[in-house]
This record gives sequence, structure tokens and C-alpha cells, in this order.
Amino acid sequence: MDAKLKETILNPIFKGNPITVLVLGICSSLAVTVTMKGALVMTLSVIVVCGISSLILSLLRNTIPGRVRIIVQLVVVAMMVILVDQVLKSFEATYAIDKQLSVYIGLIITNCIVMGRIEAFALGNKPWPSFLDGVANGAGYGIILIIVAFFRELLGSGTLFGFDILNRFGYIPNNLVILPPFALILLGCIVWVQRSIQKDLQEK
Amino acid sequence: MEYLSLFVKSIFVDNMIFAYFLGMCSFLAVSKNVKTAAGLGLAVIFVLLVTLPINYLLNTYVLAPDALIKGVDLSFLSFIVFIAVIAAIVQVVEMVVEKFSPELYSSLGIFLPLIAVNCAILGGSLFMQQKDFMNIGEACVYSLGSGLGWFLAIVSLAAIREKMAYSNVPGALKGLGITFITVGLMGMAFMTFMGISL
Repeated sequence: MDAKLKETILNPIFKGNPITVLVLGICSSLAVTVTMKGALVMTLSVIVVCGISSLILSLLRNTIPGRVRIIVQLVVVAMMVILVDQVLKSFEATYAIDKQLSVYIGLIITNCIVMGRIEAFALGNKPWPSFLDGVANGAGYGIILIIVAFFRELLGSGTLFGFDILNRFGYIPNNLVILPPFALILLGCIVWVQRSIQKDLQEK
Repeated sequence: MEYLSLFVKSIFVDNMIFAYFLGMCSFLAVSKNVKTAAGLGLAVIFVLLVTLPINYLLNTYVLAPDALIKGVDLSFLSFIVFIAVIAAIVQVVEMVVEKFSPELYSSLGIFLPLIAVNCAILGGSLFMQQKDFMNIGEACVYSLGSGLGWFLAIVSLAAIREKMAYSNVPGALKGLGITFITVGLMGMAFMTFMGISL
């Protein structure tokens, strides 16, 4: 693997993280982080949608006229999201996936990460790097999601993936952590930590 | 009376930003000063008010199970139909605004076409699908309320951020970090409306 490809994969995970650095795709990311399971399902869905739609649009990049590219992108992304949603629906009963999640899966269509990566990368690069770029950005998004979900589920319900962790030691779940505002404050703290490590990201 | 309670609920209790985080991307990007924030807020109210009832009609008479043809459930197509309607309406709105009010058009600039990918608009339609409204009146009231809630949120955040420019924030928290925390605190304030039962 050459250095450029490696950079494509590693950059979105930390240095150019889609959520904390590029501020993309926050809409859908916070509401699903009440439980680890929701965050994990969402992460996998975004990785699949982002990777495969980048691949498809990169294959089509020389045939799409510039003026209608947004609508073509929307159609491809919407198709991928419908596929993911249908797959999840079939597992809904078996793995007890929250029904509310369906709304947020639908919102992947308007997730700026997917459209942003297609626009910025897939339309100007070969299929394989585009696919890796999509997957890596999905993963960068997922890492933040899982960090937020870890704290929210651990402190908010005292469990992880539904298994009791803190409650057995007499921990009383903090309901504030489950409420939406806490996710934002937690995200603010993650940005704070990252920018303290990487001083060059700080704003003036 | 039902309409009134739905209206108040969709503005304060089910606020698009503070309760569901919808439309966060443009919310954070465009809230640097009050004037542009208000412009975007108005555009969002308008687009929501137009697209949501249309999507409601499509959902009830075309997509719902047994609506179009007996025994056919087209609801799996809802994502693609909703986003197509939204993209088309935004295009039309853009053209109308450009023709009749070039002033407003130039002040909104790039934000107008970007509304098509604003999560609040698609989110509104998807929540509408889940909420099972009885008639189109409820859908209209819900869309107006959600739009107003979004407007209220972005204008108040922009006002706070304008003031925050004068305060001494730690370097690493400047900009994005402190904005997240501010939105979180505003969300907590909005939580107080949760106790209201209408």
C-alpha cells in the first residue's frame, strides 16, 4: 500500500475527522447515541452507504453531466439508504433494533458526510481510493459516535450494550445524560480534547 | 384546541434542534450573525411549510399500504419520493424568489439550494410519517411549528454567538467547541418545556 492511500484512510479517523473537524453529519449522529447498540448500527449503516455510494459514483464520474450531478448523487445515496433500511427492517425483530432508528437511517440521505465526500473526493478519483475514502470517513464518524454513546449509556443507564456494568455497584443512573443536551456538551468536550492535542486546529 | 397544542408542542417540546438535532450542520455553520441566521430560518420555515403537506398527501394517498392499489405497500419508496419532492420544491422556490425578489435571493445566496439537504426538512417529513396525523390541517400546523422552532433556535444561537465574540474562551474551545456546549445549555433550557402537558 502506498503512502497516499494510507493517508486517505488514516486522515478522516483523527486529523480530518468529519464530525469534530469538518463539522459534517452532526444531525443524525447525536440522537442515536443513547445506547451503544444504536450507535453501532448507525456506524455500520453509514460506512456501508458512504463506501458503496462513493464507489458507484466514482465509477460513473465520467458519464454524469455536471449540471445534474446533485440529483444523480441523491438518487444513488437514497437507493443505498433504502437497501440498508430494508436489511435492518428484516433484522428488527431478531435483534430488537429501535424503531425510532429508522428515521435516522433515512436521514443518512441528507447526511453531509456522504454527499460531501462524493462531491469532494469520489467525483475526481478512481473507484478504489474513493471506496476507501468513503469507508474511512464513515469510520471516523463512527468513532465519535461510539465514544459519545459509551459515556451516555454507561452514565445514563449504567449499562453497556444492555449488560449491567455500574448498577450492580449501587450506581443510580443519571437521567440527564440520556437527554439530548448532554450529547452536545459531550461532543463539545471531545472537540476540546482533540484541539488541545492538535493545536493547529484551534480557531482564532 | 388540538391544533394549538400541536403547534406549541412542535415549537418548544419537540424542537427540531434541541430535541432531535435535525438540521445541525447548517445550524452551526450559518449562526455567526443574526441577519443571515434569520434569513435562513425564514427559508426553512417556508420550505417546510410547502414540502411537508405535499409529502403528507403523497404518503397518505400513494405510499401508504393499500392506498394506491389494494394489497400494494409502497412505503419502502418513501425516502426517495420525499427527497425528490424536497429537491424539486427547493428548485422551484429558488426560481420564484430569484424572479420576484432578487434582493432576498442575493442575501440568502448559497443557503437556499442547500436547504434541500437540510436534515430538518427531510426529518420533518419522516417524523410526519411516524406520527400518523389525522388530516392535512395537522400536518400544516406541525410543519409551521417545526419551522418556527428551528427559526427561534438559530436566531437565538446567532445572538449568543455575536455576544460571545467578546468573551475570553480557552483557545482549544474557541469556535466549534464552545458552540456545541452553548447549544447543549440552550437545549437544557428548552427541556423545561417538557413538563408542560397540553
